[in-house]
Amino acid sequence: MKKHNIEFSLNGEKVALEVEPSDVLLDVLRGRLGIKSPKVGCDRGDCGTCTILMNGKTMRSCLALAVEADGADLVTLEGANSRKWTQKLQKKFHEKNAFQCGFCAPGIILSATELLEKNSKPTAHDIKEAIAGNLCRCTGYEPIVAAIEETVKGK
Amino acid sequence: MDLQKLITKPKKGVKSAKAGETLEVVGKSVLRVDGWEKIKGAAKYTDDLEFGPGLLYAALVESPFAHARIKAIDITKAEKLHGVVKVVTGRNFTQKFGLYMNDRYVFATDTVRFIGEQVAAVVATDPKIALRGAGLVKVEYEELPAVMDAVKALEKDSPLVHPDLKSYTHVPWFFPKPGTNIAHWRKIRKGDLAKGFRDADLVMEDTYTVPRYAHCAIEPHSAIGLYDASGRLTMWTSSQSPFTQRHVFAETLKSFGLSHKDVRVISTYIGGGFGGKAGVTMEIIAAALAIAVPGRPVKLLWSRAQEFYNTYQRLGCTAKIKMGVSKAGKITALDFKLHWDSGAYVEYGANVVNAAGLSASGPYKVDNLSIDSMCTYTNLPPCGAYRGFGYSEFLFGLESHITRMAQELGIDPVEFRRKNAIKEGDTLPYGAHMNPTGIRDAIDRVAKEIKWGVKEKSKDPKKAIGKAQVCFWKSPAMPPNASSSAFLKFNEDGSINILVSGMEIGQGLLTVMAQIASEVLSVPVSKIRVETPDTDRNPYEWQTVGSHVTWGCGNAVKRAALEARERILDLVQRVHCLDKSTLYLEDQHVKCRTKPDFALRFSDFVINGIQADDHTFKGGPIMGSGVFMPEFASAISDPETGQGGHPNVHYTTGSAGIILEVDRETGKMKIKKVALAVDCGKAINPDLVRGQIVGGLLQGFATVLYEDMRYNEKGRLLNPNFSDYKIPTVMDMPDVVVPIIIEVAQPDGPFGARGVGEHTMIPCAPLIANAVEDALGVRIKSMPVTKEKVALAVKAQKKH
Repeated sequence: MKKHNIEFSLNGEKVALEVEPSDVLLDVLRGRLGIKSPKVGCDRGDCGTCTILMNGKTMRSCLALAVEADGADLVTLEGANSRKWTQKLQKKFHEKNAFQCGFCAPGIILSATELLEKNSKPTAHDIKEAIAGNLCRCTGYEPIVAAIEETVKGK
Repeated sequence: MDLQKLITKPKKGVKSAKAGETLEVVGKSVLRVDGWEKIKGAAKYTDDLEFGPGLLYAALVESPFAHARIKAIDITKAEKLHGVVKVVTGRNFTQKFGLYMNDRYVFATDTVRFIGEQVAAVVATDPKIALRGAGLVKVEYEELPAVMDAVKALEKDSPLVHPDLKSYTHVPWFFPKPGTNIAHWRKIRKGDLAKGFRDADLVMEDTYTVPRYAHCAIEPHSAIGLYDASGRLTMWTSSQSPFTQRHVFAETLKSFGLSHKDVRVISTYIGGGFGGKAGVTMEIIAAALAIAVPGRPVKLLWSRAQEFYNTYQRLGCTAKIKMGVSKAGKITALDFKLHWDSGAYVEYGANVVNAAGLSASGPYKVDNLSIDSMCTYTNLPPCGAYRGFGYSEFLFGLESHITRMAQELGIDPVEFRRKNAIKEGDTLPYGAHMNPTGIRDAIDRVAKEIKWGVKEKSKDPKKAIGKAQVCFWKSPAMPPNASSSAFLKFNEDGSINILVSGMEIGQGLLTVMAQIASEVLSVPVSKIRVETPDTDRNPYEWQTVGSHVTWGCGNAVKRAALEARERILDLVQRVHCLDKSTLYLEDQHVKCRTKPDFALRFSDFVINGIQADDHTFKGGPIMGSGVFMPEFASAISDPETGQGGHPNVHYTTGSAGIILEVDRETGKMKIKKVALAVDCGKAINPDLVRGQIVGGLLQGFATVLYEDMRYNEKGRLLNPNFSDYKIPTVMDMPDVVVPIIIEVAQPDGPFGARGVGEHTMIPCAPLIANAVEDALGVRIKSMPVTKEKVALAVKAQKKH
């Protein structure tokens, strides 16, 4: 099978590598680039635990082929850790126990970061809408919504 | 000093080592010690660990039949595929294994018993090659008649799932019936059932059914095994039970010369367990594969579909209940028959059946009681532990039935529960006595919270509002000798490392263990690190299941901290000639009541000792160890009556209430408010307890409102993914959740604590069913209580 040479920015650094056409972006991030915050949860876009930002928008990296990332700007939680809204969210997630096992947390924090970077005054519905594609089996979501709401209020 | 006395001081069970003083850390909602790791994406889960370029990957060949004989397996094509390192079948591994009963195979040998069962595995240099190789393995089957239903499995001419049942070894408190599909039959006979029914003014009989459910932890199972050149087996597993796994690996694979000391299990953070990662499921395959490819690490990662059909599932249950009640509202008799669809292998599931059988009276005093809890083999996937461990299933029938009978007699259902609720000292179904309990307080506080007795009307005439309140209880289901242990080590700067093998599965174990040690030793939680298990380094813990680790492991940590404290006080007494009884620990110093100026900082001596007047040093590293075993427990009782043992260590009780809005036409339901009160003895970290309540409730409501495993007539699971097996999203949150913490101390719990993790999901099903009836007058007796069922029931009601 013909291999492809692709280049993209990953958390602010240029990456160039050769991939097979069938390589999934999530597998390349985790298996070849050592990026472990996006997780393998369902392999079909249902659970949101593989969420990353591509060109500023959240996407399911298990549903994208690596070749689709050619030329893109990719940010995972490893890179977003230094962003303003991400940090504010993390502080509130910690205070409100908005995670338990923590497996879904990277994806949810990225979804919430995307929301707040675009709209710093979201309604309760906007908040739910933003994280509706991220499954959490532990918390019952209430503390997650509360943490995002408090981040918005700047409490 | 008698440490046992310090820990289990009755009545004053909440007092710490610092008797008479208030608690400084226990009871406070300190922030989680694993917080930053998890929310910054730094926490490592098993599949995140790196094993270098030599890592091999495995893919499975699975049975397409629910029941078939394996006639031949042809692996030659797969072996020839470039990149395939090894193909393994049941011919290589014929061992059986199991937790409570040895009925499960590493690979199917001559018979497959459910669709998806592992028949062979292909190990390759790349996951894609492994999958391709698995597709090249040719298996020839002869299909056999199969049984998919627990009640049909009892019929005389039913196919037998395990014809060799007689030869299987099991724990002494299981009672299989060879020659049938009954793997275990737990019987309880207490009082005089016939007299109880004669004394009743109302007897009602009905059947309630509960399907199978899936845990749906977001992290799939994963396991990596390495059998190195020196003959030691190291397993990295996503597990709630590293020590139990080590034991099962060592026992199952001992023919390869392994002893327990040669087997090492390392379990890092796990992405949710809910019972699904308890015991051993797919991990045994990874262990066997590691042995098949010595010297190279091999990884087995479950797909989401495998997560559904080849781990444990929650058992299906058909519950036949007959209850007698007097006009005064007293339960006079209960005859409860629980038929459990436990699947093809029940090595763990049979204990769910056992646990439910011991406790199916619910948290009520029932003097005349008969329970038959029957574990039945079927040709569906194996069942095992799931948060609630059988209690959700029997509570659906019991708490539905109680409300119906109370209403029939014109008695308020909440008053009925208050009247029958169990009290401390009451006789339990198996003859032992009930522990202290705050169930009445829980009932009262929930009733107040949902304004029980006040009818509410929806603003929308298309919708009706119903209320319901139920009670629940649950005990840890564990062998009577299940133990916990802990090591505690001081560091140079006075910080502490604690080693336990209780698992952090999201509940906050690491934080709670740090709080317990902090309370005893006056070292802040921020200076205490608690690590996840490695069986080489950390001491023994049976498993993190049954909501027992705060209690069991917490007791061990408290004992370890008390031992370290004793060593500190002994040393200071010896070197400074101060009477030990005048010494106390405060703010990381040893202080003295009779010498106010005396203050010895931990960091000055906990590693390097105290310098005596002659310039020599005394002491050395301060450490402590603690062990906890419930020495009063016993699982041995009369098999025909269940009387005589003390199988359960204690019960956590509580009550929950709901205000539910239901659309009269579509049946669509909205939870306007839910309140749940649970008596956790002592909330060591109240916010973490509230987290268990809020999270457990949503998981429970999902099992009532929409989750449901669907099989076709061939035994194939039709919805092994999150598109077809819906779990809740943020859109499914109840409007208002009110967590209520009740604290009636558990005398043998650390600071009075008892477990709370599972309890919060078990009252959900009868809450919904009873509230639907309150709203619309229709009774749903099979789970899930979907909007479709409600709408159809309303339609049928209108026709009559």
